[in-house]
Amino acid sequence: MSVQIRTLEEHLHASPQADSELTTQEYLVNMGPQHPIAHGSLRVVLRLDGENVKFVIPVPGYVHRGVEKMCEHLTYRQIIPYTDRLDYLSAIMNNWAVAKTVEKALGIETNARIETIRTIMSELQRLQSHALWWGVTGMDLGAYTAFLYGFREREIIGEIFEETIGARLTMNYIQPGGLMYDIQPDFAAKVKKLIPYLHGCIAQYETLLSGNTIFQERLRNIGVMDGAEALALGCTGPILRASGVPLDLRATEAYGVYDQVNFNVVVGAVGDSWDRYYVRLHEMRESLRIIEQLIDNVPEGDYATLRYNEELILPEGLHYGQTETARGAFGVFIDSDGKRPHPRRLHFRSPSFNNMWVVTRIAAGWRIADFIAIQSSLDLVIPDIDR
Amino acid sequence: MAATVARTWEPNTIAQRAAAAATENLWVTAAYLIGSMIGVVAVLSLLGMVLIYVERKVAARFQCRLGPTRVGPFGLLQTLADTLKLVFKEDFVPEMADKFLHMLAPFLALLVPVVLLALLPYSPSMQVADLNIGILFVTAIGGFGVMGILIAGWASNNKWSMIGAMRAGAQIISYELSATLALLVVVLFSGTMSLSGIVQSQQDGWWIWRGHAAGFCAFMLYLIASTAELNRTPFDIPEGESELTAGFHTEYSGLRFAFFFLAEFINMFTVSALTATLFLGGWMPFHIGDWAALNSQMDLIPPIIWFGAKTSAVIFIIMWFRWTFPRLRVDQLMHLEWKILLPIGFANLLLASIIVLINAYPFPLELPQ
Repeated sequence: MSVQIRTLEEHLHASPQADSELTTQEYLVNMGPQHPIAHGSLRVVLRLDGENVKFVIPVPGYVHRGVEKMCEHLTYRQIIPYTDRLDYLSAIMNNWAVAKTVEKALGIETNARIETIRTIMSELQRLQSHALWWGVTGMDLGAYTAFLYGFREREIIGEIFEETIGARLTMNYIQPGGLMYDIQPDFAAKVKKLIPYLHGCIAQYETLLSGNTIFQERLRNIGVMDGAEALALGCTGPILRASGVPLDLRATEAYGVYDQVNFNVVVGAVGDSWDRYYVRLHEMRESLRIIEQLIDNVPEGDYATLRYNEELILPEGLHYGQTETARGAFGVFIDSDGKRPHPRRLHFRSPSFNNMWVVTRIAAGWRIADFIAIQSSLDLVIPDIDR
Repeated sequence: MAATVARTWEPNTIAQRAAAAATENLWVTAAYLIGSMIGVVAVLSLLGMVLIYVERKVAARFQCRLGPTRVGPFGLLQTLADTLKLVFKEDFVPEMADKFLHMLAPFLALLVPVVLLALLPYSPSMQVADLNIGILFVTAIGGFGVMGILIAGWASNNKWSMIGAMRAGAQIISYELSATLALLVVVLFSGTMSLSGIVQSQQDGWWIWRGHAAGFCAFMLYLIASTAELNRTPFDIPEGESELTAGFHTEYSGLRFAFFFLAEFINMFTVSALTATLFLGGWMPFHIGDWAALNSQMDLIPPIIWFGAKTSAVIFIIMWFRWTFPRLRVDQLMHLEWKILLPIGFANLLLASIIVLINAYPFPLELPQ
């Protein structure tokens, strides 16, 4: 391709055909499956014109394991450890979704202790997930220090989990009819010590990233999505709330003891990446508020209402239950034949799957660096998409 | 008083000493020249090792972690271990790459900082050569650094590398302007382009405070612009590890990658040393005009320590940037340069020329005739 040198006059009167010589050539690049922004194995195909993103197509499936199919051969208790491997940052909330569905189908009543501990554990997990997300967002935008700060908090909460649950990452704690183990005797004391520390950490987050002009410029008005579009794309969780839709399963269909505590559903105004950032940061404060209200009086009682080896056979038909994980609504569809102790068909409705497709709608027209910011603000967990 | 100080610090570069010896004994001249070459290479390798270790330790402090601790006492041999590891790594050149240019690029990247090392006045008696067009030479050679990156990105035959190279080209060439405008302020103040002359011109006070607002403004401009030329955070967009995987050096492995890395660290040192030389007095002790008591006390500290301390302070600031700031976007970067820094740079140059014109320094300067 040769480049002509023309005077301004010639240039102004040039025919469109002549101009076509100076157009740029668009090109395709693969971001992933191995790319720092993928946070796992997600391939995103970008069509670029120089630095500008023309369109974006996510290509999931690189860590697909057929979890749903496997679950059809497992009892409901055996399904639990598979759910926390879907979204290892919302493991407890995913467990809860299965337990909730089974309990609803069988009409099992749990006691206040179980529900309180479930709620506290879920909120701790949400804090852990958001802390890590905050760090990862910092890293994606070039502030590597943030990543290690986020991990620091994640580890501290992880230690509390480890004491009670015995695991740090893939925790299967919530069982149909109760919990796997009772909480450790010093659990409440440790969590109470953690609360002021985490408040301090959030203040530190605000100083390090939120207050930084470069960081704000990188997120504000980038990847704007309004509420209607977010709903149409099936978004849930902080992404939906950032677009101004106050949909939070903890408030709208209160489960656990969420109806007994005061907390705000955090809602954004613009629906840009900055709102998605800030909604999560505020949610951390709200989670701390919920824990503060519950931790002082965890009711007495048994930690499990069913015997562990009890065979659970769900009545024939479709059963559905969902919980609000750190990324949005995690739903469990169970189709039971009413005879066998395992599902005939099972489907998980995972939040990241729907949230991922948002990039096809909002990332086009921005630059590569903005695509990073948008992708990062969606907080995707890849195994949750691929299942 | 000013005259006395100038006599105390009579600079004597290695090139001058070699030239003086040439009339008596050629062997002495040769020894000086070979010695200075070995010196530059020694400084180069030592700096690379020290700076990588320091960066890790500084980063570790910022990030609530320990940094290297295992290899050697306090992890001091960590850099050596890393270098050894890089040497033994597979030397990989992509199949469809332009092999010659791919191999040439890291050497070009390393060339600039090596040349600049020979020009820096480390102390009155420790400078390889003092050019009378020092500043001009620094800017001319400094602008050449982008070649290595552009060639590396282009020759890799990788789209990410290409984007990185294009970003680097746009960024480094743009910020060169602001950096040069800041340098010109010091040239105006000191009335000389020789680096050791600039150091001597600061014997009554460093330009950062003695040049009123213009000196400080030029210092800030130079610090920002040269950080951008270094490709360090918040201006590390040519590398952008979360965007372009590693930008222009994605396809480099082993020792060639180490060369880019070394070039970045040596560049950081030369930029910091230049900042110290131009705005913080270089090897010149902290003097305030004719305050003989204070000045003589300050003179007790050897010049090389002054130079080292000032350079280290600037290096620390640049590292501090890296471990706290997020990365700018490419258009924000251009906006910062062309719409903010460049107009400020021009205005600052104007202000500086007014200051020089009316001789409005505290402790007026007697320019060398």
